[in-house]
Amino acid sequence: MASTRPIATTRAGTGIQTGKLAVWWLLASEVVIFGGVLAAYVMHRLAHPEWAEWGFANQTSLKFGATNTFVLLTSSLFAVLAHNRAEMGDGKGAAKWLWLTILGALMFLGIKSVEWTQEISHGFTITKNGFWNFYYVAAGIHASHVVAGAIAMAVVAIDAAKGKDLQRVECVGIYWHFVDIVWIFLFPLLYIAK
Amino acid sequence: MSDIETHDTPSHDAGHGHDDHGHHEQNWFMKYCWSTDHKIIAMQYLFTGMFMALVGGFFAYAFRMQLAFPGIHIPGWGIMNSAEYNSLVTNHGTIMIFWVAMPVLIAAFGNYLIPLMVGCDDMVFPRLNRLSYQIFLLSAIIILVSVALPEGGFGGAWTAYPPLSSQAEYNLRPTSQTLWVVAVALEFAAFLLGGINFIVTVMNSRAPGMKMFDIPAVIWMIVIASILFMLSVGPLIAGAIMLIFDQTLGTGFFDPAQGGDPVLWQHLFWFFGHPEVYVVLLPACGITADIMATFARKKIFGYRTFIYTAFATGILSFFVWAHHQFISGVDPRMANIFTVTTLLISVPIAEMCFLFIATLWGGSIRLTTPMLWALSFVACFLIGGVTGIFLGASGSDIWFHDTYFVVAHFHYTFYPIAIIGTFAGLTYWFPKMFGRMMNETWGKVHFWLTIIPFNFIFIPMFFLGLAGQHRRIYSYELFPELSVPFLQNLRILATVSLVMMLSAQIIFLANFIISALRGPKAGKNPWRANTLEWTTPSPPGHGNWHPDEMPSCYRGPYEYSTPGRDTDYWPQNEPA
Repeated sequence: MASTRPIATTRAGTGIQTGKLAVWWLLASEVVIFGGVLAAYVMHRLAHPEWAEWGFANQTSLKFGATNTFVLLTSSLFAVLAHNRAEMGDGKGAAKWLWLTILGALMFLGIKSVEWTQEISHGFTITKNGFWNFYYVAAGIHASHVVAGAIAMAVVAIDAAKGKDLQRVECVGIYWHFVDIVWIFLFPLLYIAK
Repeated sequence: MSDIETHDTPSHDAGHGHDDHGHHEQNWFMKYCWSTDHKIIAMQYLFTGMFMALVGGFFAYAFRMQLAFPGIHIPGWGIMNSAEYNSLVTNHGTIMIFWVAMPVLIAAFGNYLIPLMVGCDDMVFPRLNRLSYQIFLLSAIIILVSVALPEGGFGGAWTAYPPLSSQAEYNLRPTSQTLWVVAVALEFAAFLLGGINFIVTVMNSRAPGMKMFDIPAVIWMIVIASILFMLSVGPLIAGAIMLIFDQTLGTGFFDPAQGGDPVLWQHLFWFFGHPEVYVVLLPACGITADIMATFARKKIFGYRTFIYTAFATGILSFFVWAHHQFISGVDPRMANIFTVTTLLISVPIAEMCFLFIATLWGGSIRLTTPMLWALSFVACFLIGGVTGIFLGASGSDIWFHDTYFVVAHFHYTFYPIAIIGTFAGLTYWFPKMFGRMMNETWGKVHFWLTIIPFNFIFIPMFFLGLAGQHRRIYSYELFPELSVPFLQNLRILATVSLVMMLSAQIIFLANFIISALRGPKAGKNPWRANTLEWTTPSPPGHGNWHPDEMPSCYRGPYEYSTPGRDTDYWPQNEPA
């Protein structure tokens, strides 16, 4: 695709490859986005003891949440295996594991859809009360990252299958682990803490 | 603008850097609207920012006329009602900060200077760079559309406190309230993309031999500013999503009736909003430092200290935000803590001012137009900084809060940053950008006709504020104790000065355009400066340097007046 790349893109003054460095900075900016949402949520919950009286945490489904946690963690394992293949120079293998990671992302979104459909049909919509405001916004922002990650992995997987730009497999992998870690924070805060 | 056309020298191959369009002739559209060249993108940001400055300036003219001469038929606007007044004040603030200061100081100068000053041919992510500008342009269009809507622009102040901003039954702007938030959020996305690009380019793509402390001050400042922006804007992006949902879906994040809290928005907003001041301040300080070294023919006094003070400012800026909320019902014990942090942050900034003064001490000073702007930046910003002490102390802030003292204070910070800093940078790098010298005489005329009226706009406002004049009032005729002749005359003085200052910008625009087309040729290094951008032709061609002549770096950027040398400057790329 690239006829001549700018010289700037070929340098690595820090010794870290440019794409990877950029992903880390991207994550730094993402951490504060989720940090903002979660800090606001926690402070709100502490300031509003009446939330507990609404009994909200009993209404979120631990079953769906736990299944999704398992799906997402498994997909992270696949991302590691993809990176492992890419390190060995096996583009086809890396692509295969990446597609399996994407499958995990799609399963996560599918389960989430079923879960939300049930909750909404029982009247727990986003406007129900303060807890459900945060529940849908926090999980919704996270889900949009799942979608973005799946698209990014698909782009990388298509190239990797042709043996191109294998260093990108690690970059999407780092991003995917981040998406996973955010969920590790969301799951106890939204599902477990009563 | 026709003056950019000189940018692409025919000797370089036209497809270079245009990854996906490598093999066909570039037409005008591809070259100037779809380019990935950092210099073209910088010009796009610059001209968009200048256009938005004219829009924001016009808004200021319109509402200042209403304040000085309530109820008159304002030339160019007509009779102004209170809803229009609110919308103009709100969008003046929003546009000047997000669509003028940010794109010009960070994006235009950052894009133009970073690759040239660190000695590489482009940004590390040229296409991301283009995307960043396109998102920014979209956000600019959305904010302008929101103002032009028949229902009128959003009028809830640039801080957009709920419930006024979150409930259409209060602000009566069901569409433009949401467009306003969307525009601001898109603008943030654009600068996050740009910021990552800036940081990674400087970290990874410096010229061989350029160590951390060989990087020019202005580049350091733009990078630190980008990091600050990146680490502070996140909560407000989340807040913007919450606010949009409050407006459109009826959630209650900021609505106490539904278990929410309006002060939450203030925390999310100011956690970003205060570091944002330093995000735009630091690049202006960096521009000033570079100009002072060049025109005092002297090393920056305490170059490393300068960078450390910027880091100290950056870190402290995350712990001062609640000084905007002293009367919002925050816990008085918290107010004490935030008073202390706020007063602390003036220490590194004061130190920076001392470094500027020490740089001038004993230098052979040349009072060129850029140097005049740089000197006036320090002088004016000092007034802004010192009056900030009054507002940062929670005790006195209770009196000053929401008066014109606050308005005067933050204009004495933002005006030096966004306007004086920009003029300093523009007049200094103009020869590099357009290959021609700007007219010095007209430059100085423009300087004095801008800087004197500026002070006469805002000094009266300090007195108005001390007299207790509240900010968000459309006509003081309704408040007998505030419409006494003394106070009204101060308002008229401010407005007349504003009209004079805005008229003086015609001189600048004429000088800018005529110099870019007809000015004397600048040559590579008209200021005899050291940094790498002055080692390539003006304006630089595509790729900045010939691929075989990429510069290397042998020393720091400020080796002026070195004893034992024939010339009083020592370019960074000259082997010892």
